[in-house]
Amino acid sequence: MTGLFSRLGQKRDPAAEPVPAVRPRPVEPPAEPDAIVPTKALRKFVSALRAHPSPTLLDLGPVVGSNVEYFGEQFGCKMFIGDILLQADRFDREHPDGGLPAFLETCFPQETASVDGVLCWDVFDFLDRPSARVVADQLMRVLKADGALFGFFSTEPPVATRFSKFAVVDEGSLRHRWYGPARVRQAMMQNRDIITLFERLRVSDSFLLQSKVREILFRKPAYLASP
Amino acid sequence: MWKRDANVRPEPGREPTGPAASTGTAGAPAAHGSEVEGRRQMEAKEVVNIGKSVVIKGELNGSEDLTVEGSVEGKVELKQHVLTVGPHGRLHAEVFAKVVVVLGQVVGNITASEKVDIRDKGVVEGNIVAPRISIADGAQFRGSVDMQRRAETPKPEAPAGAPAAGAALTSPTKP
Repeated sequence: MTGLFSRLGQKRDPAAEPVPAVRPRPVEPPAEPDAIVPTKALRKFVSALRAHPSPTLLDLGPVVGSNVEYFGEQFGCKMFIGDILLQADRFDREHPDGGLPAFLETCFPQETASVDGVLCWDVFDFLDRPSARVVADQLMRVLKADGALFGFFSTEPPVATRFSKFAVVDEGSLRHRWYGPARVRQAMMQNRDIITLFERLRVSDSFLLQSKVREILFRKPAYLASP
Repeated sequence: MWKRDANVRPEPGREPTGPAASTGTAGAPAAHGSEVEGRRQMEAKEVVNIGKSVVIKGELNGSEDLTVEGSVEGKVELKQHVLTVGPHGRLHAEVFAKVVVVLGQVVGNITASEKVDIRDKGVVEGNIVAPRISIADGAQFRGSVDMQRRAETPKPEAPAGAPAAGAALTSPTKP
């Protein structure tokens, strides 16, 4: 037994190991075909939007033409679209010294309490804790009282993957497609972490799907609307 | 089976300008008619091109369709016509047109009275106001989209002399 340990060598000192300045890029995952994934919370999100005559929607994901048609034509939404992950990735590449949270704070020019709905998709799976904190704060700021926020949170350990693009097929299903650069998902968040992150919102509905994805619909209660 | 003799086949484009069209033969009226029709069609589909090497700074107004392959900074106004930003086109401008087709890059607000079409590899950074918007997979967009529903848009009573049609569309939002 002792011989086996001696064969493995001395215990490594983590402090002695040099920390790379830039995180190495993960290996490109294989391209996967589009998949139709079920959703349970989208229907509730949509019905929350329907309560407003011409709602304002903030989409943190990449632009998807069919989503623009769906929310724009069917609900008369005014949509703000900005691929937050692609912006973050670009910033990381251009600024290897860090500063992503400060940059993300500038990505929300919307006025306070001006948005009826937020489509987060799986954005928070790819953000580190400080960045997630900043984005969550901004989302809680821009959301109106009784506004809704729809997000996915992975319950699986970090894995190298691509960013996801979700296209609404109908209120019960989404078309999932990979895009963008390879990136490692951050450590998964527990339920309490998610609730703490969106402390000024109330969990309206939460579903754990067979795909190990937790879908959560948050609402902003009127009594928590004032900043 | 239905192979035609290549020597017999008329060359495309030659037909209307051929010498037979200008002679006083029996077929002249028909040929002349087709020539006029062809010209009309050409005029109707006339598109002005701004070439790759052209850089324009300032205000661009027009009453015909325009394709931009070069660079334009300022304001582009083609209220009744189609603006196409070609794959090499770069616009850093406020755009007002009937239809805007983007294959290149636009930084600035776009207001279209009919449609905005962002094709694959098209990039738009700004706010779009149009009743119909088509965004291809692979296009990049950052900004806001406001699809005004015509039927529901109340028509403001315009004062005399003010443009009534599409007046509500011409108030761009800040990016």
